[in-house]
Amino acid sequence: MNKRDFLKGLILFFPAGGLLDALAKEAGGAEKGAGADAAYDPAKHYYGMGIEIDKCIGCNRCVEACKTENNVPKEPFFFRTWVERYRVSRDGEATVESISVPGRGTREAPEDARETLRSFFVPKLCNQCAHPPCVQVCPVGATFSTADGVVLVDDKRCIGCRYCIQACPYSARYLNPHTKTADKCNFCYHRITKGLLPACVEVCPTQARVFGDLKSKASRLVRFRRMNKIHVLKPGLNTEPKVYYAQLDGEVR
Amino acid sequence: MNAEAAKGLSELLEQVTGFIYPNEIEMHWGILVVVYPYVTGVVAGAFILASMVKVFNVREVQPTYRLALLTALSFLLIAPLPLLLHLGHPLRSYEIFLTPNLQSAMAMFGFVYAWYLMGVLLLEIWFEYRGDLIRMARQERPPMRWIHRALSLFSTDVSEAAATFDKKAIKAITIIGIPSAFLLHGYVGFIFGSVKANPWWSSVLMPIVFLMSAIVSGIALVVFLYMVVTALRREPIDMRCLDTITSYLFYAVIVDFSLEALDFIHRLYQSEESVKILGKLITGKLFMSLFVLQILLGMFIPLAILVLAKMRGFNDDLRKLLYFIAVILIQVGIFSTRWNVVIGGQLFSKSFRGLMGYKMEVMGIEGLLAAVVLLAMPFVILAVLMRVLPTKRLDEQAGGPVMAGVRPVRPEA
Repeated sequence: MNKRDFLKGLILFFPAGGLLDALAKEAGGAEKGAGADAAYDPAKHYYGMGIEIDKCIGCNRCVEACKTENNVPKEPFFFRTWVERYRVSRDGEATVESISVPGRGTREAPEDARETLRSFFVPKLCNQCAHPPCVQVCPVGATFSTADGVVLVDDKRCIGCRYCIQACPYSARYLNPHTKTADKCNFCYHRITKGLLPACVEVCPTQARVFGDLKSKASRLVRFRRMNKIHVLKPGLNTEPKVYYAQLDGEVR
Repeated sequence: MNAEAAKGLSELLEQVTGFIYPNEIEMHWGILVVVYPYVTGVVAGAFILASMVKVFNVREVQPTYRLALLTALSFLLIAPLPLLLHLGHPLRSYEIFLTPNLQSAMAMFGFVYAWYLMGVLLLEIWFEYRGDLIRMARQERPPMRWIHRALSLFSTDVSEAAATFDKKAIKAITIIGIPSAFLLHGYVGFIFGSVKANPWWSSVLMPIVFLMSAIVSGIALVVFLYMVVTALRREPIDMRCLDTITSYLFYAVIVDFSLEALDFIHRLYQSEESVKILGKLITGKLFMSLFVLQILLGMFIPLAILVLAKMRGFNDDLRKLLYFIAVILIQVGIFSTRWNVVIGGQLFSKSFRGLMGYKMEVMGIEGLLAAVVLLAMPFVILAVLMRVLPTKRLDEQAGGPVMAGVRPVRPEA
């Protein structure tokens, strides 16, 4: 090895070593975070979800994954997330079905004499409102907003009065028939605090759902909000949802 | 989830018209939550009628004063039960007292209730009965003697000064009591009126409409009870009293109707996003209970009857009959009002695209039978209370043994 080769090696070695070291630290850190919840600081995150309407193919995998992941009762009356199908006919009338309820709508294009003008799927879930009516009305504080922007239900404290279910403009809540307490989407809180994605986002084959941290500049959600025209559901109610829809149609409520 | 409940929900799915969000199939506030505002309404209304005597010095109404107070008490004692039975976790209900969420309208229930029961109603009843309880206990044998002594909290002072103080105390409590009664029921209206997610409920008029309908139902029920009780005792009815109370009732119904009409016209005229689905709701699933029971049978016909009874120079017996029919119809009407608010508000989807159904169970804990039992219980309590606490003052009971006017009463439940 001559002097020139040695110096070349040094130039590569030191940055590469530094990089490997940093990567090792990252990996260790990530693993530590996954192993111990104590390392998770909610104040450093602020979660939200983006939904790109045009990418949703109505496959219902998110609904199935959610039910499995979160022990949501299998009966078709309880959903933490569901998918709606909209068809707008030429006369402007919209027909809506929930494709997540068997028998109440199918994935096949239905026979219809009227010509369909446009049609699309809309996944729905708890909007994790920044100004949540459900939290306001809960008489015992069993449902609450966390620092990382998720609305949670403490099923050890919930008395089952169902005021929160009445107060939710999106009907995202249901009464769990097993626990007799209110239940709803929590962005798979047990997963996201370990750095994993919510189950529905994980399984979505078209990446119609984008999960991310609004406090992180590098998050996919921040990019999603930069690249798309964004709308939220029922903005007039001032609930300030954190589920952001791209290409949302005016017919969707 | 058990198969039966799943089957019940599947049947409801058949009743859905249009589109509803999938979680909306289950009706969350059933018949028991209809009973609750009806019961607290009677409490507030009966108390306000009683206050007429003490605050506004309406002497004519005096014969119903104690009856109204006892009616209010017997209904108030039952008021928390429908809520308790309806909770998913009744054993956790104490959390409302221990860790109330101060932003929640519902969290105030325990405090408003406790204040009204102990700060107003029991206190007023105690001051009203104290002197009589002492005097009765002196002339009685055990066990009534012990009961009355205990109820008087073992006070013994029947001097003129003590009686004057009782009167003053009652007046002060009544003056605090009127806004408290308004609070008790206006607040129930607020629980519904403040739900912005639900356009059928969300209305600033809701607490006031609740309050006026409460006054209507309370007054009507006291009139009903007064007529039943006097009939059972074979006593003459004080027609001046009855005429005066039914006049108040007439005005209360007019105000109540005007407020509800205002609410209706306002919604129709503003014609917001929800107007179409609400139109379908009231002309479809709510037609019977809203237009027929609440408005026609519960308001127009009783109003016509009351006008008829006042305008024409009918004799006492015919007036009694007319009043009696009117107050029963009014009860039906006010119960329908509660039904239309509570159940009606849950029969349409928050997507404003469809309507749901409600199938009331009969036997279950939130079923019809439970509701009937809960509605009958205040009457049983009242019958017991009237045995212990006479509805006539001792100085009003002319001659005879002290308890002559307090024969056992079994009003129809």
